[in-house]
Amino acid sequence: MLTIVGMPVLGMHIMEGFLPYPMALLWTIISLPFLFAGLRSIQRQVQDNPSIKLLLAMVGAFAFVLSALKMPSVTGSCSHPTGVALGAVLFGPMPMVVMGSLVLLFQALLLAHGGITTLGANAFSMAIAGPLAAWVIFQLAQKSRLPLGPSVFLAAMFSDLFTYVVTSFQLAVAFPDPAGGLAASLAKFLGIFAITQIPLAVVEGLLTVVVVNLLLKYSACDLALLGIRPHPTTQTA
Amino acid sequence: MKNNIILLIAAALILILPLYLHHSKENIEFAGADTQAEAVIQEIRPDYQPWFESLWSPPSGEIESMLFAMQAAAGAGLFCFGLGWMMARSKYAS
Repeated sequence: MLTIVGMPVLGMHIMEGFLPYPMALLWTIISLPFLFAGLRSIQRQVQDNPSIKLLLAMVGAFAFVLSALKMPSVTGSCSHPTGVALGAVLFGPMPMVVMGSLVLLFQALLLAHGGITTLGANAFSMAIAGPLAAWVIFQLAQKSRLPLGPSVFLAAMFSDLFTYVVTSFQLAVAFPDPAGGLAASLAKFLGIFAITQIPLAVVEGLLTVVVVNLLLKYSACDLALLGIRPHPTTQTA
Repeated sequence: MKNNIILLIAAALILILPLYLHHSKENIEFAGADTQAEAVIQEIRPDYQPWFESLWSPPSGEIESMLFAMQAAAGAGLFCFGLGWMMARSKYAS
């Protein structure tokens, strides 16, 4: 298996050529409209508040860093966080579609990590499903009056985990188990991706809270523009 | 800031724990989760052949790790430039 390109292909996204091409095409078609919506959203937000440009670049940079860090997990294998939740919490899910896709494109072209044919599917899991999960959970947590810190933590942790649940689902749909069907196959892929990801999701949650704490301290005006304020009655974690 | 230090220490401990747990086991190699996924795919569909190969792969593990380090360095550089800019702004603007 490792001899296809002559060396182990270390990475956590769906590997180049590993989705049958109708599947690869389908995920690309599903992902494309989100990419356009993301570009529009960035354009609109920058037009409304030109001062948030720097912060926007920083959340993209954060995703760049975190997805380069392959971390050991209790399962004895490695995976990496995605870093897209920070931007989704601050700017909503759409801008991160663009940021996440850029990270995936960079890794597919220069690192043989993920792939061009699987870019649509990987973008759907990391750049669409992950940020959407982060945003929904953050909104729910804030609505239930959780303090900012725990809200950010939950959003980042579940967004990270959800990304790899979606990856497992995509692989299970493409490769249903001959005996047990989709469910058996899903269990196998979840066992690899999702279980490995649990401690890394916690790490991403913690790091995202650290960054939000720093931004609250030094860039409260930008966060206020985006509607992010520390909880009036509680200190942030 | 004290909270942040506690959070960072907690994150570091979570990453160190697996190394400690598995340090004496020979069959644990901390390979990428996708390498394992490839094995499962081969098990489910032994006849499956990837129909496309990476346009370019780093010629060695060293070059690959350099590119990963560059990715992290570029991201951290931009991020910390922004943070420093914000810190200076909040210090001198008021």
